[in-house]
Amino acid sequence: MSTLACKTLAHSAPQAAPLAANVPQARRNWRQYTGTALVLLAAYGLVPAFASPYWLDAILIPFLALALAGVGLNLLTGYAGQLSLGTAAFMAVGAFAAYNFNLRVSGLPLLGSFVLGGLSATVVGLAFGLPSLRLRGFYLAVSTLAAQFFVQWALTKFSWFTNNNASGVIDAPPLVVLGVSLDNPTGRYLLALTIVVLITALVARLVRTQTGHNFIAVRDNELAARVIGVSVLRTKLLAFAISSFIAGIAGVLWAFVYLRTVEPAGFNLDRSFQILFIIIIGGLATIRGAFFGAALIVVFPLLLSRLGALLFGSWFDSGVLDMSQRVVLGVLIISFLIVEPEGLAALWQRLLKKLSWRPHSVA
Amino acid sequence: MADFDFAFLIEVLVGGLLSGVMYSLVAIGFVLIYKTSGVLNFAQGAQLLFAALTFVSLVERGLPFPLALLVTFVVMVLLGLAIERTVLRPLVNQPPITLFMATLGLSYVIEGVAQLLWGTQVHALELGIPDEPIDFHGVLISQFDLFAAGTAAVLVGLLSAFFRYTHVGLAFRAVADDTFAAITVGLRLPRIWATVWATAGVIALAAGLLWGARLGVQFSLSLVVLKALPVLVLGGFDSILGAIVGGLLIGACEKLAEVYLGPYVGGGIESWFAYVLALGFLLVKPGGLYGQKLVERA
Repeated sequence: MSTLACKTLAHSAPQAAPLAANVPQARRNWRQYTGTALVLLAAYGLVPAFASPYWLDAILIPFLALALAGVGLNLLTGYAGQLSLGTAAFMAVGAFAAYNFNLRVSGLPLLGSFVLGGLSATVVGLAFGLPSLRLRGFYLAVSTLAAQFFVQWALTKFSWFTNNNASGVIDAPPLVVLGVSLDNPTGRYLLALTIVVLITALVARLVRTQTGHNFIAVRDNELAARVIGVSVLRTKLLAFAISSFIAGIAGVLWAFVYLRTVEPAGFNLDRSFQILFIIIIGGLATIRGAFFGAALIVVFPLLLSRLGALLFGSWFDSGVLDMSQRVVLGVLIISFLIVEPEGLAALWQRLLKKLSWRPHSVA
Repeated sequence: MADFDFAFLIEVLVGGLLSGVMYSLVAIGFVLIYKTSGVLNFAQGAQLLFAALTFVSLVERGLPFPLALLVTFVVMVLLGLAIERTVLRPLVNQPPITLFMATLGLSYVIEGVAQLLWGTQVHALELGIPDEPIDFHGVLISQFDLFAAGTAAVLVGLLSAFFRYTHVGLAFRAVADDTFAAITVGLRLPRIWATVWATAGVIALAAGLLWGARLGVQFSLSLVVLKALPVLVLGGFDSILGAIVGGLLIGACEKLAEVYLGPYVGGGIESWFAYVLALGFLLVKPGGLYGQKLVERA
């Protein structure tokens, strides 16, 4: 829109072009901030007031955790161009590290163990990000699978991680932040929301800084990035570090705030794929894409089960539901890749443009 | 180490090599598609599951063995053609990562459809090959593994001959070498891709029957792809020879590690050992064993 306006104006009055081009830019920024403010207002004001406990516990909290994981992966895959199939492993490291810090370090505040969990995920992410310095594309993707299998094996094999619990499934500690117990749906929701909002804001800022541009430069053309003075090595490792930190925190939210139990089985390969699907469906290299994608991934199984029960009655049991979910999800992925490779975020953008009441006379 | 059981070592090694052949069999399906269309086909495992499940269900419904095989063969060819038409063709000229993700979606669809059609229970698959070990100078070798290895060897031989001596094989190689040049000299790309996907479906059938007879036909059969990926990384995505040597190497090392290293770390290392092995190897020698496309690696 703005480039189009700029071009048209540049033809008629070249000297006026920079000024005129700035106006839509400023207006767009303003609109964007209003949009964000409205969403935040709704998330903090309306949702806790009106949402039922079921909505909070079964839909919104997992949505927030998955969206955060999506934001993390999007930084690595969407912005820095390094395909990872091991997101769930970093989530698992975050969750289990936070659990163990909380268990073994007395007096550590809950949020402190969350951060330490995220940092542990960073360390593991860096270790498995090292191959990215020598491998690219599929070779890298396959090597991130090593993280997935190794971490899951280590967490199941060494019972120290699960505090020698026989079943390997452990209860998360009570959620107490600054002396306030958050062990109710609204409290859990607000805790998750605040963490997600904080990290998302930081990421949204990050991708507009030089570091964020470095990510994109490395993704688009490694050689060119090196030529203009971007340290490819540092950039890739940084992308892995930040991305796995965020994935680790998302894992903490998933285990501590959503499931209320910590178990390795929840962080399997299917989870990694799920996060990847979230960013494909939502839109690669967009922040809001992760939220769109996560919303779809969380809501659509519920819709499908309602719809299936309505159409097919008792034949539509949980097994059939599970399989039809796979089919529909797969079809969705393929359709998005073919029809709208830029995902729901691009669809949203187009919708906004269509709904916009601004006169288009400038262009 | 005075009482080191040498015969046992040989037994483990041979067992590993033979199961390595099974890995190679799956890896070859990948290589075939990667070579000609540049797609890392994650759905290979799902195709394998689909083939085995279809075959077993047909046999259980009373179809004679050869007829069931023929029907499954036709189904797999049709499936390959359908994949090419509905998924690959609209995505022509997209970056390889996009195509990979499409096959990821495809594997979900195929797995789901296969189990919606044929159910989720575990089926036993009897190929009529005795699974009694042969005693060869004190070394026990599974007869079934030998048969599987033999089948894989025949398949590899046929494929190599096909690539080398037939017109279609020549066209495959031309497309793999330089897609644009191939189009320029008048090769019809969609038709070649359709043939490749149909062939990959047939390989999935062979691998699905062998793996299905070994593990039972069930959902986890589609996870066999995860066994083939490190083989590909080691051998190079575009080398059939690499797939074979990589498969043997990984099969042997994995079994040896499981038997001699596993007890020290609590066992079950089969799930990741192949990956770490492939990774370590690549860090030392990023070109892989026979990889040709150095462009793909730093």
